[in-house]
This record gives sequence, C-alpha cells and structure tokens, in this order.
Amino acid sequence: MFSKPEKLSVYIDRTITEMNNIGVGSLSIVVIIAIFQGAVTTLQIAYQLISPLIAKPVIGSIVSDSSMLELAPTITCLVLAGKVGSHIASEIGTMRVSEQIDALEVMGINSSGYLALPKIVAGLIMIPMLVIISIFLSNLGGVIAGEASGILTYEEYFQGARESFMPFNLLFSLIKAFTYAFIITSVSAFQGYTTNGGALEVGASSTKAVVYSAVAILFSDYLLAQILL
Amino acid sequence: MIELINVSKSFKGVKVLKNISTKFETGKVNLVIGSSGHGKSVMMKCMVGLLKPSSGNVMYDDRDFTNLGYSQLREVRKEIGMLFQGTALFDSLTVEQNVEFTLKMFTSMTPAERRDRVDFCLEQVEMKGINNKFPAEISGGMKKRVGIARAIALDIKYLFCDEPNSGLDPVTSRVIDELLKSITEEFNITTIINTHDMKTVFDIGDDVIFIYQGMNEWSGKVKDIHSSNNEMLTNFIKASYFD
Repeated sequence: MFSKPEKLSVYIDRTITEMNNIGVGSLSIVVIIAIFQGAVTTLQIAYQLISPLIAKPVIGSIVSDSSMLELAPTITCLVLAGKVGSHIASEIGTMRVSEQIDALEVMGINSSGYLALPKIVAGLIMIPMLVIISIFLSNLGGVIAGEASGILTYEEYFQGARESFMPFNLLFSLIKAFTYAFIITSVSAFQGYTTNGGALEVGASSTKAVVYSAVAILFSDYLLAQILL
Repeated sequence: MIELINVSKSFKGVKVLKNISTKFETGKVNLVIGSSGHGKSVMMKCMVGLLKPSSGNVMYDDRDFTNLGYSQLREVRKEIGMLFQGTALFDSLTVEQNVEFTLKMFTSMTPAERRDRVDFCLEQVEMKGINNKFPAEISGGMKKRVGIARAIALDIKYLFCDEPNSGLDPVTSRVIDELLKSITEEFNITTIINTHDMKTVFDIGDDVIFIYQGMNEWSGKVKDIHSSNNEMLTNFIKASYFD
C-alpha cells in the first residue's frame, strides 16, 4: 500500500473526493447525534446531581468535559464506523467481486494503495474535524436542554465549562479522533479488499468492518484513557 | 509474442494447469478454447499476472514476466489491455473517465490530448457520444465496447479478452468479434481470447489452443480443427454445435 503513487495528482484528487464523502457526507448525522447527546447528558447529570449543595455550573463542567473526553470522539466515531466503515468496505468489496480491482492490477496500478490510501488520509483529516464539530454541538445541545428545561441558564453552563476546561482534554480528544479515524478507514478498507465471493460476501465484509472497527475503537478507547489520563 | 513455458498452477494441492507450453503470435487473434472449469481463465490470469504460476515461465517478447521486479512488471503491464468477462468498468466513473483512466495515470498528456485520445478510442469501438454516461446507464454490449476502448487507450501490445461474448446476443457478439479482429490487425497486437463460442473461433481466429483438464490438449490453426483426430477436441466441437 505504501509504494510510490503512480501519479500524485490523481491520488490528491481522490483524497479530496473521499474527504467530501467522509466529512461532508457524515455531517448531518454527526450534527444530530452531537446535539442530542449533549442535551440528554445535561438532563441526566441534572437528574443525578439535583441538590441545593451542588452549584449549577457543575452540570456544565461535567457535560462539557464528558463531551470532550468521551462522548464526542467515541460516540461519533462509533457511528462513523457504521456509516463510513460499511460504505468503504462495501465499495471496495464490490470492486473486488466485480473484477474492478483485478482491472487495476492488470493496468499496473497498486490497487491497495490506490483504493485505501486516499480513504485513510481523508479519514485522518475529516474525522477529527467532525469530532471538533461534535464537541461544539454537544455543548450547544447541553445549553439548549438546560435552558429549555429550566435546569440551568447558558451563563451557568458556560461558567462551569470554562472553569473546568483544560487544553489537554481537547488534545486527548483529538488523539482519540486520529486513532479512531485510522481504525475505521483501515479496518474497513482491509475487509473490503479481502472480500471473496459475491454479493453475500460483500454484505458480510461490510458487517465485519463495522463490528471489528467498533470493537477496536472500544479497546483503543480504554488503552488511550489508561495511558494518557 | 507471448510464450508460456511449462506453466503449472495448483490451488491447495490441486493442479489446475499442467505444464502448459504454447506461443501466441503477434498480429494474430489467438484463441483459447475449452469447457468451463478446465483452466482457461486460470491460464489467462497467470499470463496477466493476477495469479503467480506454481512453476514455469510467461515470456513477453523475451521478458520473463514471472520473474520481473516490481517496476519492470509495471512497465510490461502498461503494454497489456484486458477485457474482462464482466467488463470490470469502474462504476463510479463515466465512460470517458473509464477510458481516460490509464492515460491519466501513466501519461503526461494534457486534458485536451486525453480527450482526443478518448474520442479516438471510443470511435474505434463505435461508441462516440456516450462519454458522460455511467456504466450502469449503458447496455451489456456497449459496456464490452467501452471495455475494449479502455483496454486500447494506451498503446498496448497485448490484448487479453476473457469470454468477450458472454451474455451478449448473437448480433452483438459478432460485432464484438469483428472489433477485436480489426483492432488486432490495425494495431498489430497480440490478442488472446478465452472463449467457448465456436462461431468466434471460426469467424476471427487464427491460432487455437484447446485446454482440457488443465493441459494443452491440442493447438494449431483454426482451419485444421475439423481435420484433427483429437477425440477431446472433436467432442468439444460437436457439443458446441448442439448448444
């Protein structure tokens, strides 16, 4: 996969196309998930911490930290494992069973590099961006839920979020995003590339891509938390 | 010219190709015939490098294809065009982009030069004017023609066709046959066609190799097929007339 590209400009074009597919194509689902996960987390934290002894901004600090440390990167990437991972595996798998990958090989093109590399690079660029958007929108969802339910005002929310903010948490979130991006794109590309058979096997590869990516994300989630926190 | 020297191929201990030796001449339509499952496709895959022979050598004009390094292999592959049984056109690309693909990857042509070359190739297969259609929007016969156009986009020396007529009606099959014949003669390339369509064999074939149970059972000129007393070949020919 890591041999010299046949023509760099073609690879760059393909990477841009994949960035559009992975990034822009996943934006709507990320927006919906992020807003609701922030909103629900706010309501649940408030439900558990409702006490006159606990200052309301604490809710904001917990929600914003949870969003940054766990919810935005992990939940977003688990969803992306389903959406992006299955798409990559089925696309490459279909190319395998319809001899399109053989056609690339006969032409003298490094098929694994041509198919997988632009997707991996695009994932490494776009998925962290989606995670950043998710962090922002989770907090927005938290503010909206807090205001709408009367639990806390947006000033209280942001006071808590500001007080507990640590730049390292954002860095940790991005490290997670890069790791998950690599897992999703490479595992899915591998599953698609090694498909053997017909339509049934393409479906099986797609399922495997999602399951293996999700399990690998959860394992690396634990490992990164253990190592970096 | 392409030469196979004692090429064998085994899968999990089962020998699918058994010491095949033959030559495919330049400027001729060379046909590989035989029943399904007797090793025609495996032989073709060994020739184009999709499978590595278990033993033996594939020579492309004195270049030992089986033992070339990665960069040399890539150079030889630029001289190879292949029409796959299912055409293998790239679904996500238009007809024009499919034909343009190798030009974009391997040449330094300007976009205008590439467009001219694409038009020329599509004209060769009488498919001009469908540049912006996707493979899903054209018929099986048109896909085959576009597949041929894609195969000849670079100045190839060797053209491989795996069952070019499969799934086509008789009229379209003859059109594809004629195309392959005329392209072979016009560009003086080595064309190798896997088929079990005997009409193709007698219409456009020059030399024939008959593969039976992974072996080169018979080879010779098309005109000599009927005078052959090879029992397996005779049975195959007879059976094909009753298809």
